[in-house]
Amino acid sequence: MRYMLLIYTREDAVARSSPEEMQQVMNGHIAAMQEAHAKGVMQQAEPLPNTGMATTVRMQNGTPIITDGPFAETKEQLAGYYILDCKDLDEAVAWAAKIPTACGGTQGCVEIRPLQAVPASEKVPQMAQSSAGRNG
Amino acid sequence: MDEFKSTIESVFRQESGRILATLIRISGSFDLAEEAMQEAFATAVANWPVKGVPDNPGAWITSVAHRKLVDHSRRERTRREKQGPLLYETPTAYELDPTMVEAEAITFPDDRLRLVFTCCHPALHQEAQVALTLRTLGGLTTPEIARAFLLPEPTLAQRLVRAKRKISQARIPYEVPPLSQIPERLNSVQAVIYLVFNEGYSATAGDSLIRRELCSEAIRLCRTLCELLPNEPENLGLLALMLLHDSRRDARMDKQGRLVTLEEQDRSLWDHERIREGVTLLKKALRMRQAGPYQLQAAISAVHAEAASPAQTDWQEIAALYQELMRHSPSPIIALNHAVAVAMGGSLERGLAQIDQVGASGRLEEYHLFHAARADILRRLGRKTESAEAYAAALKLVTNKVEQQYLQDRLKQVAQ
Repeated sequence: MRYMLLIYTREDAVARSSPEEMQQVMNGHIAAMQEAHAKGVMQQAEPLPNTGMATTVRMQNGTPIITDGPFAETKEQLAGYYILDCKDLDEAVAWAAKIPTACGGTQGCVEIRPLQAVPASEKVPQMAQSSAGRNG
Repeated sequence: MDEFKSTIESVFRQESGRILATLIRISGSFDLAEEAMQEAFATAVANWPVKGVPDNPGAWITSVAHRKLVDHSRRERTRREKQGPLLYETPTAYELDPTMVEAEAITFPDDRLRLVFTCCHPALHQEAQVALTLRTLGGLTTPEIARAFLLPEPTLAQRLVRAKRKISQARIPYEVPPLSQIPERLNSVQAVIYLVFNEGYSATAGDSLIRRELCSEAIRLCRTLCELLPNEPENLGLLALMLLHDSRRDARMDKQGRLVTLEEQDRSLWDHERIREGVTLLKKALRMRQAGPYQLQAAISAVHAEAASPAQTDWQEIAALYQELMRHSPSPIIALNHAVAVAMGGSLERGLAQIDQVGASGRLEEYHLFHAARADILRRLGRKTESAEAYAAALKLVTNKVEQQYLQDRLKQVAQ
């Protein structure tokens, strides 16, 4: 079974934190990732830039309606995810329009969040080859 | 010296949008492009008084700025090689090829269409679209935009920073969308331009009803859009609509700064040159046989513009146009306008009944013009008490001081 763990945080608090605090958080992630990797659990982990970078696509009569931000209604729950490598946001939007968002494919919406590149020096060395994981 | 200063200012006013559009394409960064353009203009200030103004000032600025971008890209590479792998790499500029500089200077390409579509990309919040369009394509400074929208400067500056960050981080493309997507993407471009115009034409706050610079800027932006995409009838329709509205600018307020309604305006104060241009553009658009909301609204405005006196207004034609508009984009506000046209067309009772029908949905309860329109028809019917109540309801909702004054005067009139 694979799980996607979504980390929720207070963006305003993060914005106010010092470089030392940020480093502390980063160290915590490195420790967790290293442990998860050592135990063969690790699939993929990446930070997301803040929600201001999100784009939401909602289909209306077959046309994608694009809005700025993560505006999924609270009654909707996250039901899955794709990680796709696209040329730009327009290509990602085109894919979002193809992804069914409910059993009927008409309800709900797809939130697009760019993934933030992790600097090479912070990456856990073995992570690169681990994507197959133990379930692969 | 002053002569050079005004030359440089007019080059900036006319060419900065186009120059910036090209520099953004070259550098892949709004910030680097802006910086390089500023430096190039500073070079012009030092250079032109000595060496004279170049034949094509825009191309000159572009090639100087391009060279600055190349220098920047070289310095960045050296810095990267010195520092080894950076902790958080932020790829802000492409590696630039110096041989491209001369080629670009000769062709002086027009990349403004990419810029328009990127600034008005639906993945940006509309407030950000407006700010970014005025800043880049319009060449307005951050304080100018902040002043025009009565916003604190830091708020506007932050809006711009956030928009530029989203463009680069979410990778909003710097491209003209494929043909199949253009009509839809044009909707947001037209909406931004019309929003700028409306904010100027009927300011939502403040002491003055009209902020002329915003109206003029919206018209200028729309002229650019028509120049870039001349075969889109709704672009022409939007330009016609704004010109027709703008033609009444000087008649809409009296010397004391009070609002004058269309009916009471001195029609000799209308700008007939603008009316002629608007009507000509509208006819050209309608010949393309793809009527849309902007063309229909322009047609309504043209009916008013062509009436020699209020009594000669063809209200039947206006009502028919509103009905057509309802078919295109149904909304309670259009239904309200249709009802007013019916009332003015000679059937006050029928118009009032329609207004009350629209009002029954409750969706216009917070819209001051709904109450003002009702009050006006009740006044014409001589139902003074009800009219006063409706004026009072409108007064509670209005935020613009000039409109407030107008409604107060009317209320006094019917309350007598």
